[in-house]
Amino acid sequence: MKNITDTVLIDTLIDITLLAFLAITAIAIIRMRNLFVIIMLFGIFSLHSAGLFVVMDAADVAFTEAAVGAGISTVLMLGTLALTRNHEEKVPSHHARLPLLVVFITGSALVYGTYDIPAFGDPHSPSQEYLKPHYIEEGIRETGVPNIVTAVLASYRGYDTLGEVTVIFTAGIGVMLLIGGRLTRSNRKDD
Amino acid sequence: MKHNLILRVIAKYLFPVIALFAFYVQFHGDYGPGGGFQAGVILSVAFIFYTLVFGLDTTEKILPSHVLRILASTGVLIYAGTGVVTMILGGNFLDYNLLSLVPVEGQHIGILVIELGVGITVSSVMLMIFFAFAGRGRP
Repeated sequence: MKNITDTVLIDTLIDITLLAFLAITAIAIIRMRNLFVIIMLFGIFSLHSAGLFVVMDAADVAFTEAAVGAGISTVLMLGTLALTRNHEEKVPSHHARLPLLVVFITGSALVYGTYDIPAFGDPHSPSQEYLKPHYIEEGIRETGVPNIVTAVLASYRGYDTLGEVTVIFTAGIGVMLLIGGRLTRSNRKDD
Repeated sequence: MKHNLILRVIAKYLFPVIALFAFYVQFHGDYGPGGGFQAGVILSVAFIFYTLVFGLDTTEKILPSHVLRILASTGVLIYAGTGVVTMILGGNFLDYNLLSLVPVEGQHIGILVIELGVGITVSSVMLMIFFAFAGRGRP
């Protein structure tokens, strides 16, 4: 019994620490003007989120967050930074009160909304009772894949994943159309 | 970064390690965390790291952008093609059970193939985007 309370205590401590770091990083991002530092802080923010996902036992999500959020997007933003200036210009803020009010009201509405959300890990919440028991009980028999996340993503929800891959493909085409290499290539040949 | 000896040596040794980890994540996604998406990102990271140290021109010699464009569409084609194959075999779109005589085996083959498609598309699209940005900054 003592061991269980100890684990809960440590889990809570880790949660509070990670969330506190998230808040600190977010505030630091708002206050900074040096874009390079901001990009690094974005990476740290993603890494903390990945840590939170691990605490919530969502290893697949944490993996994606660490690889994409902390890895690729940081590199892509650095690549963008190399094309622009290093500093964000200070915009004179006239009405700090109105945005603050809007943010405060939105925040309170969101916090109020959390009261209706089922508790974390509640086995009787609607999302747990509809299809999940089927995935957990029949998944290994129907697909033979021990990792339920993979079974759901690749087999049960294969359509969704096909859509996601198409979205990524479309994003790649979009970037190529906007800043593709064809232009620079022909310029280089002229040199 | 052309003259940084330590970085160049480390990059050469790290590249196969990162790539191997990517393939592990790709083909072990059935049993552990990960799958095609994460594996694709990690594989592209290996190439991006190589590019950061050795320059865009060196990487483009082994991985030209027209090849990347073909690879990106190949991945989506493999995924959607699996669905078409299952339809030809007389089932629904993406009904992997028909890919083998034993349904569970068919599921295994189907998941492996479509994850491969996801991995190919994700890694080549990530590299395409990175090359597009890096190519702009070229003198």
